[in-house]
Amino acid sequence: MSAIGLPLSFRRRRTLPGFRLSLGFTLFYLTTLVLVPLLALVIRPWSLGLDGFWTAMTSPRVLSALRLSFGTALAACVIDSIFGLIIAWVLVRYRFPGKGLLDALIDLPFALPTAVAGIALSTLYAPNGWIGSILMGYGIKVAYTPWGVLVAMTFIALPFTVRTIQPVLAELGRDSEEAAATLGATRLQIIARVALPMLLPAILTGAALAFARAVGEYGSIIFLAGNLPGISEIAPLLIVIKLEQYDYAGAAGIGVVMLAASFLMLLALNALQSWAAKRR
Amino acid sequence: MKKLRKPTEDPLLLKLLLGAIAIAFVGLFLVLPLAVVFQEALAKGLGPALTAISDEDSVAAIRLSLTAAAIAVPLNTVFGVCAAWAIAKFDFPGKTFLVTLIDLPFSVSPVVAGLIYVLVFGAQGWFGPYLLDHDIHILFALPGIVLATVFVTFPFVARELIPLMVDQGRDEEEAAVSLGASGFQTFCRVTLPNIKWGLLYGVLLCNARALGEFGAVSVLSGHIRGLTNTMPLHVQLLYDNYDYVGAFAVAAILAMLALVTLALKTLLEWRYADELAASHRH
Repeated sequence: MSAIGLPLSFRRRRTLPGFRLSLGFTLFYLTTLVLVPLLALVIRPWSLGLDGFWTAMTSPRVLSALRLSFGTALAACVIDSIFGLIIAWVLVRYRFPGKGLLDALIDLPFALPTAVAGIALSTLYAPNGWIGSILMGYGIKVAYTPWGVLVAMTFIALPFTVRTIQPVLAELGRDSEEAAATLGATRLQIIARVALPMLLPAILTGAALAFARAVGEYGSIIFLAGNLPGISEIAPLLIVIKLEQYDYAGAAGIGVVMLAASFLMLLALNALQSWAAKRR
Repeated sequence: MKKLRKPTEDPLLLKLLLGAIAIAFVGLFLVLPLAVVFQEALAKGLGPALTAISDEDSVAAIRLSLTAAAIAVPLNTVFGVCAAWAIAKFDFPGKTFLVTLIDLPFSVSPVVAGLIYVLVFGAQGWFGPYLLDHDIHILFALPGIVLATVFVTFPFVARELIPLMVDQGRDEEEAAVSLGASGFQTFCRVTLPNIKWGLLYGVLLCNARALGEFGAVSVLSGHIRGLTNTMPLHVQLLYDNYDYVGAFAVAAILAMLALVTLALKTLLEWRYADELAASHRH
């Protein structure tokens, strides 16, 4: 950035046209549709006052909804990171018939509307459903319990871990692994000590994306979870309920907490990316 | 003679184990839900399913979903192209921050996306009283549904084009301009041919999400049957009324749309890998 500090006239002239128009429209569109409405959200809960906001956010129902959403999203992103890593490994390293189909299917939760996923999962895991009836035999109830929340979140967030790890793994190359092999390491040692550490930034990035997606998920969960207040009621649903009761400030309060979480995840992701860039 | 395994290749046992885990997980979590949609839709045969789809309210829901997508997707496409042009072809301070802001709607809960517009346009919102006085309907009407759809599909085209156009650099455009082409000519004749498959890829994903959005639209639509119910909302309404064949029949249309999207997406990734953002190349 040699231009910094020079007077305007010395800066490299912009050769391409359309800078003001494109940036202007971008900023206008972003501001009106995203930033101003988000500002409305951030301002709203303070109409209750600091004490009122705190009281509203620490009511048992709100706390248990937030705990359920964040806790279960964390569990779902750990499950998806483990299985996402295995799936990415299989897709990149192995050759087998039907691999293209498996690869294409990974993005199904992206493409399938969440309401469709919700009623499908609910039918599968209901006590008389294909999976639910088997699990009932072992005394496990998924539908209409917090486990339902976990199943829906695991479904919805899987593509984020696979699709973040997969391209990094494909580019990794096998030089270091070959080196480790010539030095006498066993295959499992190579995977654990050489390949996985190099994949760590991608695994963490995928996990953060999966977490962000899972924590905000609504459509697929409400059909499966039964939505019992204090037990299987997620935070986004509580926002909807508070809106229906015209408790705008209360709804906005939960919204602000969730938005703050999104911001933290974005910051974490940026930090992860610069860390990964440094490691290269 | 026994064939030797390459040192960087996994042992057969490990391969089988990991392969089985991957296939079992995908089968259990992705294939089964998809299969159950079609199984339930056709539980009473094709006739009742077709009747449910051609029902007046279902047709209205399909039309509303298509209308909302037909407005939201072009808007976000224009935005995506503008944002990518500004970010890829020029240097300015705060660029990284701008990219982060463009990505923000991805990590915001759909319900929060609906909520923010209620706080702006709702009866108790910023512009609520004004809108009420002038009899302008945004919430519980088409504009609200379009707003929700725009928000949740906001970054799709932009985040597809930004890395692609940053990769492609500025040389070709600069050459065109120095030879006397206008900005518009440069974009149409030089940039567009370079990014067309990436653009299509972004529009495809944007459209799929626009047709399938549930949470944000659910907050803003008011759920008026036959009037403000989109396809996913209509699925919920039928399901909650125990009309399972109807719910799954409409769901099956959405599932088929999803499968078509996946097929086209895979086709683009295979056929035009070099012309997509690096992260989608196989």
